Amino acid sequence: MELQDLYREVILDHNKRPRNFGRLDPHDALANGHNPLCGDRLTITLNLDGQRIDDVKFEGNGCAISVASASMMTEAIKGKERSEVNALFDKVHALLTQQDAPADDLGKLAALSGVREFPARVKCASLCWHTLNAALADADNASPISTE
Amino acid sequence: MTTLAYDVAAIRADFPILSRTVNGKPLAYLDSAASSQRPRAVLEAVEYYETNLHSNVHRGVHTLSQLATDAFEGARDRVRRYLNAASTREVVFTRGATEGINLVAQAWGRSHLQRGDEILISAMEHHANIVPWQLISETTGAKLVVVPINDRGELDFEAYLTLLSSRTKLVAMTHVSNALGTVLPIARIVAEARARGITTLVDGAQAIAHEAVDVQALGCDFYVFSGHKLYAPTGTGVLYGREALLNAMPPWQGGGDMIRTVSFEKSTWNELPYKFEAGTPNISGVIGLAAAMDYVESLGLDHIAAHERSLLTEATAAISAIPGIRIHGTAEHKAGVLSFTLEGVHPHDLGTILDHEGVAIRAGHHCAMPLMDLLGVPATARASFGCYSTLAEVRQLINAVQKAREVFA
Ligand SMILES: Cc1ncc(COP(=O)(O)O)c(C=O)c1O
Repeated sequence: MELQDLYREVILDHNKRPRNFGRLDPHDALANGHNPLCGDRLTITLNLDGQRIDDVKFEGNGCAISVASASMMTEAIKGKERSEVNALFDKVHALLTQQDAPADDLGKLAALSGVREFPARVKCASLCWHTLNAALADADNASPISTE
Repeated sequence: MTTLAYDVAAIRADFPILSRTVNGKPLAYLDSAASSQRPRAVLEAVEYYETNLHSNVHRGVHTLSQLATDAFEGARDRVRRYLNAASTREVVFTRGATEGINLVAQAWGRSHLQRGDEILISAMEHHANIVPWQLISETTGAKLVVVPINDRGELDFEAYLTLLSSRTKLVAMTHVSNALGTVLPIARIVAEARARGITTLVDGAQAIAHEAVDVQALGCDFYVFSGHKLYAPTGTGVLYGREALLNAMPPWQGGGDMIRTVSFEKSTWNELPYKFEAGTPNISGVIGLAAAMDYVESLGLDHIAAHERSLLTEATAAISAIPGIRIHGTAEHKAGVLSFTLEGVHPHDLGTILDHEGVAIRAGHHCAMPLMDLLGVPATARASFGCYSTLAEVRQLINAVQKAREVFA
């Protein structure tokens, strides 16, 4: 268990310069996520074109893992069909929680594989994905979701 | 200085857990404000009880039941002496500070609070001294009023005096802030409330291991604390309550031990303190608590406090020298708690990196979300000291914070 496995270059970079940071206005869907353990909060806004994610942004406040994860997620899902996003969610979830989960074809998101060695931090990395699901599940519902 | 005679190496040898490593590094346990560690004397007292004396208390005529009851009631008298309570009838065992406050909120609050009444708390309370009052306010129509703090994390005493009014029915305040380390002027706070006939509750969770508490000198009506912050097992705690008040309160939970007679039509209540101790208590834990009190008093609370104060002074100076550090809570009178943030590094990341270096601190909102909002931060990192903390651990902390800066450079 090495610190460099958790804080990889790409993660530090996305933490420092988060991509797609901000809020889409107007937006088709919005969801708030909150991790009460460490106070991470984020808001995801997105616009849909049919079943395709046309644009997505996030804003909020959190640890490096949650900010980088959200930043990389927005890059990965922009332009994707919802079915592809669902498949990606499953892969990332496996990556974060299963020792032998494959990281291939995850691109940058594979950098999150070190998180599973730090169980206290898994929720930080998965918060944005749960929040995204909430946004997708109900485009009109802005009720907060939580990883707790 | 008394600190010269303070043999911290010998004290550390009393705490088996302190010699372990974490992530390949010597453990620097700087999280005693969350929970302290246990000296061998406590572990042995618990083991002796479980090995030789255990039975249920207050229930049997057989020898073990009597031995267990004697040990349990002996522990109650130990607590009475620790707090200088007038009588063991004023010492109620609970699961911890949280349960003590809930007990008062429900049993006292339900019978004393009415619509429009006000409960005064400070802006730096732990959730345990906020939420129980919100719950009882919902059912009684009473209202929570918050006394503000200044930039240094000190209670605004003028505002406190202004907020005390004929509507104030209870002042419920922490003795020491867990998030900022502020020691509140609790004797003056209580005296001002008492002079106006207002009931007082003091949350002593963070004070009990760091300064001598004399509830009669303090003059408070209720004082609560948890055993696990006083080097004793978890699941133990004490509610001190003035006898007249406890007597006038209805029971809180019902069950065995708290009754005198039970029929299907009506039950009558046991005498104090048993009226508030429904069900089989944490007997071994309470015996461990008594041993912890012996231990702490053998070291001397003033010696412990002086030691922790000198560590706080050193740590504050050393950490302040690191660029980007901001200390939260700079009260003139502070206990051994150092709450800080490092620019560009989230407290949660700081916690992980420090842990990797063997340094255990708390990173988070410290169960004080309203206070975090006030400070304008989502969380802080908090190092806190106990009787066994050392300068070497402070250095390990400082080096680990430097390391975090490097990782995030
Ligand atoms: C000031 C204060 N009050 C109350 C509590 C609650 O203590 P417990 O969780 O042991 O009941 C704590 C514990 O962190 C505390 O620091």
